[in-house]
Amino acid sequence: MFRFIVRRLLQMIVAFFGTTLIVYALMFAGQGDPIQALAGERPVTEAQRAYLTEKYHLDATGVGGFFYRYFDYLSNLLRGDLGESLTGRSIGDILAAAWPVTIKLALIAIAVAVIFGVTAGVLAGIRRASIFDNATLLLTLLVLGIPTIVLAPLAQYYLGVRWQLFPPTAGADPDFYALLLPGIVLGSLSLATALRLTRTSVAENLRADYVRTARSKGLPRRRVVSVHVLRNSLIPVITFLGVELGNLMSGAIITEGVFNIPGVGFNLFRGIRTEDGPLVVGIVSVLVVVYLVANLVVDILYAVLDPRIRYE
Amino acid sequence: MRVRRLAAWTALPLAVTLGLVACGSGGDGGSGESDPNAAVRIEIAEPQHLVPTDTNETSGSQVLSALFSPLVDYDEAHKPYEVAAESITSEDNTTWTVKLKDGYTFHNGEAVTADNYIDAWNYGAYAPNGQNSSFFFEKIAGYDDLQGENPSARTLSGLAKVDDLTFTVTLSQPYSEFKSMLGYTAFYPLPKAAFSAPGELTEEYEQAPIGQGPFKMKGTWQHDAKVEVERYEAYPGEQPKVAGVEFRIYQQLTAAYADVLSDNLDVIKTIPTENLSTAAVDLGDRFQQSPASALHFLSFPTFQEEFSDPDVRKAISMAIDRDEITTSIFKDSQQPARSFVSPVVAGYRENTIGAAGEFDPDRAKALYQAAGGPSKITLSYNGDGGHKDWIDATCNQLKANLGVDCVGNAEPKFADLLTKVKAKQPVGLFRLGWVMDYPSMENYLAPLFSSNGSSNYYGYRNAEFDRLLAEGISAPSEEEAIQKYQAAEDLLAEDLPVVPLRYGQNNFGHSTKVKNVEMDVFDRINLLQIEAVK
Repeated sequence: MFRFIVRRLLQMIVAFFGTTLIVYALMFAGQGDPIQALAGERPVTEAQRAYLTEKYHLDATGVGGFFYRYFDYLSNLLRGDLGESLTGRSIGDILAAAWPVTIKLALIAIAVAVIFGVTAGVLAGIRRASIFDNATLLLTLLVLGIPTIVLAPLAQYYLGVRWQLFPPTAGADPDFYALLLPGIVLGSLSLATALRLTRTSVAENLRADYVRTARSKGLPRRRVVSVHVLRNSLIPVITFLGVELGNLMSGAIITEGVFNIPGVGFNLFRGIRTEDGPLVVGIVSVLVVVYLVANLVVDILYAVLDPRIRYE
Repeated sequence: MRVRRLAAWTALPLAVTLGLVACGSGGDGGSGESDPNAAVRIEIAEPQHLVPTDTNETSGSQVLSALFSPLVDYDEAHKPYEVAAESITSEDNTTWTVKLKDGYTFHNGEAVTADNYIDAWNYGAYAPNGQNSSFFFEKIAGYDDLQGENPSARTLSGLAKVDDLTFTVTLSQPYSEFKSMLGYTAFYPLPKAAFSAPGELTEEYEQAPIGQGPFKMKGTWQHDAKVEVERYEAYPGEQPKVAGVEFRIYQQLTAAYADVLSDNLDVIKTIPTENLSTAAVDLGDRFQQSPASALHFLSFPTFQEEFSDPDVRKAISMAIDRDEITTSIFKDSQQPARSFVSPVVAGYRENTIGAAGEFDPDRAKALYQAAGGPSKITLSYNGDGGHKDWIDATCNQLKANLGVDCVGNAEPKFADLLTKVKAKQPVGLFRLGWVMDYPSMENYLAPLFSSNGSSNYYGYRNAEFDRLLAEGISAPSEEEAIQKYQAAEDLLAEDLPVVPLRYGQNNFGHSTKVKNVEMDVFDRINLLQIEAVK
C-alpha cells in the first residue's frame, strides 16, 4: 500500500507538470491582446501598454518566447509564487480567498448527493419497479435533462426572489443557509447520477450469489443489505463521487456566478474573460492537484471497500 | 469483522460530516432593518485599481467618489463648479491657478495642501508607474519629459506650488476648458501617508485608500467581496445623508438584479440586458434612466474609394431607422443619436446631422444610386460585446432600403477589430463607441475626428475642422470655445465620417429601502444625495 501511494505521488508530479505545460501553451496560443481585454473598449495609452508588456513579458512571442515565459513561470511556481494577475494582485492571495468558499460549496453539494442520492438509490434498488422507483427515475431524468445554466437562475428566481425561502445570492462570506440553495443546485446533477448508479448497483447485487448465501445462512435482512449489498454496491458510487468532488470544486463556474459566490470558478471565469493568462494557469494548476488527490483517495478507498483489490 | 464493517460505513458519511463541520457557522445573515442613519448597499464589479490615477473604470471610480472630494463637480447645464477648490482661474487659459478650500483633511488627519495634488499628479503622469489614467495629464507642460522607459524628469514642470493652499498649473498650450477636466478621478490628491518615498506609492495604500472625501474606509478592500466606507465626520463640505456605503462586488449583473428585487441590495447601476424588458414591471418607479456619455456609431473607412463620397455615407445613414432599432432591439435602454457629441456635455445640440438623420428609404436609395455606392456592404463588429442583434437588424434595413447586399462580420474580440482597423484592412463599415473622459465637446471631437486624433480610425481629415477645433481649444472663454466646437461639428455633419446611431443611457434600479438615487455623468451613483428610508 505504501509503495502504491509513493508511486502514485511520483506519477502526480509528472502529470502536474504535463498539464501545466499544456494549459500554459493553450493560454499562450489563444491569447489575443490581454492589455486591450483588460481595458475593455477604452483606448490604451502607450505608457500603460509598455508598462504591462514589460512586466508580464508579453513581448516574448513565438516558440522561444513561449519556453522563456513558461520556464519563468515554472521557476516562480517552484518557489511557491503563483505570480500576479494582470491587475497586479497576487494569485496566491486570490486563491487563498477563493478556496474556502468553493470547498464549502462543493462539500454541501456532495453531502446533498450522498444523503439524498445514495439513500434514495438504495431504496429504489431494493424496491425495484415500485412506485418510489419509478418516481425517482422520472425525477432524476428531469434533473439530468435540465442544465445548471437553466436550473440555477430558476431556483434563484422562485426560491430566492419570489418565495423568499433562501437568500437570492450568497456573497463573499456566506453562512451555511446562504450556501444551501447553491449547494443543492450544484449537487442536483451529482445527486441524480449517484441515485441512478446506486440503484442499478444495489439491484444487481441483490441477485448475487453471495446475497443468496447470506440469506440462506439466516442473516437478518437489514444486515444483508447494509453490510453485504451496500458495501459492494458503493464501489462505483465512490468512484463517481470522488471524481465529482474534483469536478465540483472547479466546475462551479455557473453556480458561483449566478449566486455571486467569489470562489474558484468565479475567478476562473473572470480570468478567461479578461484573457488573464497567469490567473487561469494558476487556478488550473491547483485544480490539477485537486483532481489528482481526489483520484488517489478514491483508489485507496477501493482497497478499503473491496479487500480483493490490492495495490502492489 | 468489526473493523471492516466500520470502514464500510465511514467511507460514506465522511463527506457528510466534513460538510457539516466546514459549514457549521450557522447564522443570522438576514438583511436587517434600516433607519435614517443606515448604510446603503451599491453594486459594483471588482475594481481593477483604487489609486486615483490608476482608475478609469466605473467600479473603481464609484468607490473613489466616496473617498475623495473632487476639485469641481458639474451642474445641471454640465458646467463645472468648485467643490474642494475655492477657485480655479486663468487669465490666458495657459496658466491656471487653483486655490483650495481651507479645512479639508485626509482621513488620517493630515491637512490637504497643494503638495498633495502636485505629488499625486506627478505620480500619475510618470510613465514607469504605468498608471491607467496618465493621459489625463498630457495637457500639462512637461508631460512629454515623463514618458518613455527612462524619462528625463520625475515631476511635471507645469505644476508649481504658490502657498499651502494654492498651486498653478501651466499647460503646454492654452486650453479653455481645463476646469472641466478636473472633476474626474485622476485629479484627486494623495496624502503624504500614501508615499513610501517621493514618487513611490506604498503597497498597502491601494488596499485602504485614504482620501479627503465625505466617506472613509471601514476596514480594507475585500477583493471579490466588498468595499465598505463610513461617514467621515470631519468632512467640511456637504455631509452625506447615509451613515455609510457598502460597495458589494458582483461578477454577474443578473445576481445583483435578483438581490435588488428581494431588497438584499439597494442599488444596481446597470440593469442586465435580459431583464430590461421586465424591469419597468419588476421595479415600477424604482427603475430609472439617465443619459450617459456613451456614443455609439458606425464608422466609414473614408480612405477607401467606395466610401469616399459623402453622399454614399449620407444615403446609408438615411436608410437606417434608428428609432426602430433602439425600441425593438434595445428596449429603449439607449437613445437614438443624431449628433456627434453626447447630451451630457455643454454645447450639445440635437439633430446636428440634419437630413442625414431622417429615416427616408426612398431618398436614401435615390441618393445612393446617384452616388454609385457599392453593391455589397460589410458591417464589422466585435463578437464579444453583444452587438450581433443590432448589426443584423441594421444590415436588414440596408438590404431592404438600399437594395444592396449586406453582411455582418464578427471579429472575436474588440482588440481584433481594432488591430484590423488600425492596419486599414478592408473590413467595411465598423462599429465603435466612445465614452468621454471629461465633459467637454472637445473630448469627443478631438480624439475621434481630428486628423491626428488618437481614435480616428477612419482616416478622416479635414483641415478646416482641425483649425476650428484648435481655435476652440485655445479660445479665451468657454462660450467662445463652444461656438467653435459647434462650427466644427457642423462640418462633420456635411462630411459624415461616421454615422451616429445611439447614445448610451444609464439604466439603473434600486430597492425599496433607498430613495433619491441619482447617477452622475461619469456613471456613478451620487453618494451625497442617496438616502436610506425607514
